[in-house]
Amino acid sequence: MEKRIEAAYQSAPKTWIWKLLLAFLVAGLMAWSSSTVTFTTAGSGLEVAGNILSGIFHPDTKLLFNFTTSGVAYLLLETLCIAFLGTIVGAVISVPFSFLSATNLVPRPIALLGRFAIAAIRTVPAFIYGLMFIRVTGPGPFAGLLTMSLCSIGMVSKMFIESIEDLDKRILESLDAAGCTTFQKIRYGILPQLFPDFMSTLIYRFDMNLRDATVLGLVGAGGIGAPLIFAMSSYRWNEVGAILLGLILLVLVIEAISSRIRAKLTRG
Amino acid sequence: MSLYDRVFKPKKYRLANGKEVEERFTRLPLILLILLTCTVVSVQVTGFSLQVLVTGGKRFFDILFAMVPPDTKYLAKIWSPLLDTIKMSLLGSAVGAILALPFAVLAANNVVTNRYVVMLVRLFLSLVRTLPTLVCALIATYIFGLGTMAGTCSIAVFTFAYVGKQLFELIETADMGSFEAMEALGATRTRSFLAAILPQILPTYLSVSLFCLEGNVRYASILGYVGAGGLGLIMNEKIGWREYDSVGMILIVLFVTVVAIEGISHAIRKRLT
Repeated sequence: MEKRIEAAYQSAPKTWIWKLLLAFLVAGLMAWSSSTVTFTTAGSGLEVAGNILSGIFHPDTKLLFNFTTSGVAYLLLETLCIAFLGTIVGAVISVPFSFLSATNLVPRPIALLGRFAIAAIRTVPAFIYGLMFIRVTGPGPFAGLLTMSLCSIGMVSKMFIESIEDLDKRILESLDAAGCTTFQKIRYGILPQLFPDFMSTLIYRFDMNLRDATVLGLVGAGGIGAPLIFAMSSYRWNEVGAILLGLILLVLVIEAISSRIRAKLTRG
Repeated sequence: MSLYDRVFKPKKYRLANGKEVEERFTRLPLILLILLTCTVVSVQVTGFSLQVLVTGGKRFFDILFAMVPPDTKYLAKIWSPLLDTIKMSLLGSAVGAILALPFAVLAANNVVTNRYVVMLVRLFLSLVRTLPTLVCALIATYIFGLGTMAGTCSIAVFTFAYVGKQLFELIETADMGSFEAMEALGATRTRSFLAAILPQILPTYLSVSLFCLEGNVRYASILGYVGAGGLGLIMNEKIGWREYDSVGMILIVLFVTVVAIEGISHAIRKRLT
């Protein structure tokens, strides 16, 4: 028995040279990339950190429990609405995109073109889209919503493409054999396969949009981002604490709900 | 949901063997109603109007068309910030991914038996995850000053949270057979984790980290907006000067870089799993 084990060890492929090379490569990359970082704390860095922490743990309760349009509650509602509609609009745009880029439905060149377009849309940072949309709608949540929807396209259509390419075609064939019409094939063959995956992707994206909504504040595109960034750049840490507390609570609650829904969806 | 079932009675079927089964009334109307209310409220709050979109829609392309002949002369000045961005995301992802490993182990309830530790670490992980990257970067710039250190730091935090969550879920679904066997042979928990579970999760761990790296290159360009170095810094500057042709050039370079890194990492990930 022992001899067999030893023989098995002996016959195992010797990969240590590769591993060593790989380790050197990774170490080299790390050394190269750490050349850009200079570890200095900006003068009173630690003091600032202390202030930030104390502010975050003593949130401004007046702002937190202010139920007018400038209070945290309304801002959170606005952010939630931006994320929700942004996801829906993004999904509506992504569906044709992803059907056009699925290699099992369209010829390869068209699919590659579709993927190229999706990658291009993804590359442009959110704040540039924000600037573009502000010209259309003026500053406000509507611009934020449109930005969100464009930013969602990249990831949503990538996931959509994956689920479309995983479609089980045998089901369609058997429906064909049973004499179903095209509409029936779509209704009973394609939709039940795609729907849970699509919903799960969208709910996940909604989560992410909610978290990313602060970016919109940079360009004045509505939501909780702008007050948060104003408060931060004027060092009002108590307000930052209040806003962050609201945001974190909201994100945690939504995440808990959405992960439950997604677990149900995957179980069927 | 029992109230819903009481209002809309479930359908009863009698099977051939005499058993009765119930089919609950479809939830579709309820879900549609909820979605519709959410949409209506959202439309009200955000001021969504198709009319504005149709009349002003073409102004969206103002900036885009201003970018179109990209300023190729500006290319020479892009390289150094681009390298900064790549370095920032490389180092940040590496640091974050390495830091995530011990926390993920502590958050996995099949390796750590103490329930309170697991709960505490998980709470910490989800708190870090909900912290917006931008806020993180801004705080980092206050602490470390403007520059790439702040960017690296916030990328590391973001990667830490993302990889940490994925990893502990991975550890929990790992096959525990060999772990238990090693424990039964008298190995300590740490040793059996290293020998039995780590090899199982390693490929997916690396692949998740690489996936995170792909996203981080893109994120790093936003971070510059708050002064955390890299491409975003010059992008912000050029937008301020309304030099959209330079912005166009930066975006093209960023696009090529992102596609290249995605290609490399995709190839590696394919071999890993």
